[in-house]
Amino acid sequence: MSPETMSADDQPLLVARGVTKRYGPHIGCIDVNFELFPGEVLAIVGESGSGKSTLLSVLSTRLDPTAGSVGYRMRDGVMRNVFDLNEAERRLLMRTDWGFVHQDAREGLRMGISAGGNVGERLMAVGARHYGEIRSTALDWLNRVEIDQTRIDDAPKTFSGGMRQRLQIARNLVTNPRLIFMDEPTGGLDVSVQARLLDLLRGLVADLGLAVVIVTHDLAVARLLSHRIMVMRHGRVIETGLTDQVLDDPREPYTQLLVSSVLQV
Amino acid sequence: MTLISATLGHAAPYNFAYLDEQTKRMIRRAILKAIAIPGYQVPFASREMPMPYGWGTGGVQVTAAIIGPSDVLKVIDQGSDDTTNAVSIRKFFEKTAGVAVTTSTSAASIIQTRHRIPEETLKSGQVLVYQVPIPEPLRFLEPRETETRKMHALSEYGLMHVKLYEDIARHGHIAKTYAYPTMVGGRYLMDPSPTPKFDNPKMHRSAALQLFGAGREKRIYAVPPHTEVVSLDFDDHPFEVNKFDKPCALCAAEGVYLDEVILDDRGGRMFVCSDTDHCETRRADGHRGELLGSPIEQKEATHVA
Ligand SMILES: Nc1ncnc2c1ncn2[C@@H]1O[C@H](COP(=O)(O)OP(=O)(O)OP(=O)(O)O)[C@@H](O)[C@H]1O
Ligand SMILES: [Mg+2]
Ligand SMILES: [Zn+2]
Repeated sequence: MSPETMSADDQPLLVARGVTKRYGPHIGCIDVNFELFPGEVLAIVGESGSGKSTLLSVLSTRLDPTAGSVGYRMRDGVMRNVFDLNEAERRLLMRTDWGFVHQDAREGLRMGISAGGNVGERLMAVGARHYGEIRSTALDWLNRVEIDQTRIDDAPKTFSGGMRQRLQIARNLVTNPRLIFMDEPTGGLDVSVQARLLDLLRGLVADLGLAVVIVTHDLAVARLLSHRIMVMRHGRVIETGLTDQVLDDPREPYTQLLVSSVLQV
Repeated sequence: MTLISATLGHAAPYNFAYLDEQTKRMIRRAILKAIAIPGYQVPFASREMPMPYGWGTGGVQVTAAIIGPSDVLKVIDQGSDDTTNAVSIRKFFEKTAGVAVTTSTSAASIIQTRHRIPEETLKSGQVLVYQVPIPEPLRFLEPRETETRKMHALSEYGLMHVKLYEDIARHGHIAKTYAYPTMVGGRYLMDPSPTPKFDNPKMHRSAALQLFGAGREKRIYAVPPHTEVVSLDFDDHPFEVNKFDKPCALCAAEGVYLDEVILDDRGGRMFVCSDTDHCETRRADGHRGELLGSPIEQKEATHVA
């Protein structure tokens, strides 16, 4: 969260207030509050079932909250509660100014459509009608995510896990979004593939000044990518702060346990 | 045809045009709504007809709902008035509505079709009724109906362009030759299925009313007269209709849709109008194609006549 990575206005991009989601009697997440600034990377960590994915789904409007609001500063500078947007506005936001990188690439890609078509879809959705330009933009993005350009006409079902994740990222970034949600983007990949993906992500996030909310239970991922960290337990945020601070000097006993167990691995 | 006669029997007491008045009113309401929202698929309570789905039950119900005693009906299948399907539907309405039938495009007030739009430009007052098997153009791209409905509601049609993009990436051009997607009135994506794309330009600003009925899928949609119907494309890959190298071998017509006809088992073949009425009318007017004589003979023939 260094000042130079922020955009000119130092107003928050995303504001969560009292975000609560219940699944009937079960708790998803409770009373989550935070602000995310332009260019800032926030990691949400916690054990399985602590409510990370639930929170991410509510923030990205994939789930309606039981209570609370999520404010987003639109491109015109106006802060809107995303749950007050109409369906058309919300869907436009999701495919232009936002991105979502899923753990399972099959949820984030069209597996039967070529890599070029996957990257080009958002462009076409917002009115691009020049095949040659769509294709050269797609080629450029394949290059940026280190996918061999000769694979442009191949479907992602022929890609490795790491390639699929990189393609998912390209597909999301092609419309120059300002905010990306990621749910365990490196989960399920083997270590060397993970490292390469993290490197790539770190570079892109810095180059493009992206704001990111990333869910992970891997503290090493949080350490490498995020400026700030939120630790969740039983649906609540129990500790939050600058990443290095929280990981090097955790205050909550639970976080201490989490950090030490990671260090043992 | 046997099926229809068998079901109807000889003295079956059925209502005018087979359907009862209440059903016809229900279908007419759907048609009016479809006309009011060009290109929008209106759900309707499709009835069992005395013919199997896939035989044009959607088109037949639309025709039954709009036909009156003074109408003149033409039915074509692949452009021809003589195929089994066309003949049986024509007979069906002759029998159940006692209406006059014709093979002449210009003489018809209602034309029910599967696949083709007549070559002769349709006039104001004429109604073209299409039999549609699959009304949803997004079906094969997005199988969830909740999602396709949302896409229509929000006019979110980027995915259709993805399909066309894939075609160009794979084949170098848009390979779709029939059921080619169109935008109606700048608002709704419409599948003109299963018409060849050759006929798409005829839908654009047609003076005739175009009604589409899908029986199995229970949908009716419409293109009111003079409505814009634009075929989707890319700026650098514009929509083009299929071109034929030669004119019709029988009537020398150019710029019409031709069918290939095999002449013998030694590879002999010819290309002739798919619109049989158009071809016959031209021949009656003295036009002669390659197979019926050279252009010189044709001139002499016309002089003699
Ligand atoms: N659709 C659902 N219906 C009922 N309960 C749910 C549903 N989805 C999640 N939950 C519950 O909400 C709580 C939080 O789940 P969530 O998936 O958000 O956790 P998570 O932190 O993402 O876990 P993981 O690390 O395993 O992905 C859990 O107790 C879970 O069982
Ligand atoms: Mg999760
Ligand atoms: Zn001809």
